[in-house]
Amino acid sequence: MSVIEARSLTLSYGHKPVFAELDLLIPPGKITVLIGSNGCGKSTLLRSLARLLKPQEGSIWLDGSEMSRLSSKEIARRLAILPQGPVAPEGLTVHQLVKQGRYPYQSWLQQWSKEDEKMVKKALEVTDMEDLSDRSIDSLSGGQRQRAWIAMTLAQNTPAILLDEPTTYLDMTHQIEVLDLLFDLNEQESRTIVMVLHDINLACRYAHRIVAVKDGLIYAQGAPETIMNERLIRDVFDMECQVTADPIFGTPLCIPYGRGRKVLQPVMA
Amino acid sequence: MSKLITIRGRKHSFQISRRTVTVIAMLAIANIAAVMICVGLGSQTINPIAVIRSLFGAGDPSDSMIIWSLRMPRTVIAVMVGSALAVSGALLQGIVRNPLTSPDIIGISGGASLGTVVFILYFSHVSIRFMPVSSIAGAFAAAILIYIFAYRRGITPLRLVLIGIGMATALTAFTYMLILTASFTPTAVAVKAFTFMTGSIYGASWDKDVLTLLPWFLILMPIALIFARHLNVQELGDDVAASVGSSVHAKRTILLLISVALAGAAVAIGGAINFIGLMAPHIARKLVGPAYGGVIPVSALIGSLVLLLSDLIARVAFIPLDIPAGVFTAAIGAPFFIYLLYRHRNGAQ
Repeated sequence: MSVIEARSLTLSYGHKPVFAELDLLIPPGKITVLIGSNGCGKSTLLRSLARLLKPQEGSIWLDGSEMSRLSSKEIARRLAILPQGPVAPEGLTVHQLVKQGRYPYQSWLQQWSKEDEKMVKKALEVTDMEDLSDRSIDSLSGGQRQRAWIAMTLAQNTPAILLDEPTTYLDMTHQIEVLDLLFDLNEQESRTIVMVLHDINLACRYAHRIVAVKDGLIYAQGAPETIMNERLIRDVFDMECQVTADPIFGTPLCIPYGRGRKVLQPVMA
Repeated sequence: MSKLITIRGRKHSFQISRRTVTVIAMLAIANIAAVMICVGLGSQTINPIAVIRSLFGAGDPSDSMIIWSLRMPRTVIAVMVGSALAVSGALLQGIVRNPLTSPDIIGISGGASLGTVVFILYFSHVSIRFMPVSSIAGAFAAAILIYIFAYRRGITPLRLVLIGIGMATALTAFTYMLILTASFTPTAVAVKAFTFMTGSIYGASWDKDVLTLLPWFLILMPIALIFARHLNVQELGDDVAASVGSSVHAKRTILLLISVALAGAAVAIGGAINFIGLMAPHIARKLVGPAYGGVIPVSALIGSLVLLLSDLIARVAFIPLDIPAGVFTAAIGAPFFIYLLYRHRNGAQ
């Protein structure tokens, strides 16, 4: 289990500050979801936690050591990040892609050890991609493609996995499929999962902990059922809504006000 | 039935697809056949059996003389220059993630040509062994200039190609101007510089050409192959490459240095032979897919084969004229480039 921590993180794009003196502790072995409106800095925060962006001040700590002191390969054996909308070169097969996840364990003489083979096989099994392993990435559907990329990060065999909007551009079926997969990985192998999600209701359903970001500050953090309420949604998303309980999962369910049809006798399945 | 072959020892392990092995073997055979044809054909045709006898040192003395001192050095140069240009192009396309790139299109070869012409014009008293140094220096200077001009918060593929094409044209114009205005230039030197500019390996010799290029070739090609796996992760994008632990910028700089040096060395000896660096990697990807462990060796073999055949046609089709091989690579390459531009229009993959 990996502990990731940001200490007084300060970061800006050009002259525009994104964060100032931000502190955040990601609990190990849990699913943490970052939410916030567009441009609030949640993706930037996720990318900083994975050393893809260098903080101007402050530091990121991984298991008690400062990340900037660790080699990139050392970090890659403990933490994997899947960026938003990754693109594979034309004609690359699923197997060839998943293999790349073994990069941090390879050298120019050791390019395909028994361990590499085992982990790639396991990653393909877990994501249910075995039958598609010889297909090229560009011939797959959106959901399959995302599963192939997740398989690549799984082959990296890291205790922590960070994902930037893993469900964007996927239809509902594939969103659930991807989130269920991540939920199982957390439950069965207690991997730490940190992701950015747009859908607040799915965030409440899958996350142990939600971090709501607004204007480069952490507005609130905690279990969805303790922090999620009308005021948070109003302040963070600038939207009026009613928060109720999901009829199946009991997790917070946010129903936005606004215009739309009204039916007098609601149909309940 | 396994499509993949795994080789494992105590300290090493590799995986290669059966298809890649087959393609490499077949291309190697084609290259050997092309070499035999190249040394056999010419103003004096030598039959294949006599060629083989001469190659094993048991042939007719006059045949052996023609093969070993006249045709073989030129053939060996074709193999080295063709494969070096192809590998340089393959690396460059991977580095900038742009299939429309090659060292000649974006002006790196143009820089190398300028470096070579400067050497021919002003350093004729220095040993020819140093000619690749001058060419590689020119290639680096061009690469740095292109980078500076094309950089605006990162480098987009399209801007790189456009700036590069402009740079290539400007460098060629400048090189010609240099040749024409160097009024002290004796005619022989000017002719040498002109022949060089069209991309010809005419009159290649063991000592002057082969031995000058060989050390660069023997050092750079294995390094290119070793660095192939870094390109595989870079092709997935900078973020993914960093996520799997690649030091992206350091690796990219080394890869660029290898690509530029290969192009520079090849241009020093082969002249401005165009389009091989563009075509060979494309054909290689069609044959074995995009993984660089396969693309690098297959590109090398294709580049070598294309230049062998182009030079053969250039040499024997218009006897007694000896046309520069670059004319033929351009004749196949230019339509190929237009086809690629057409396919990649609107930024489609």
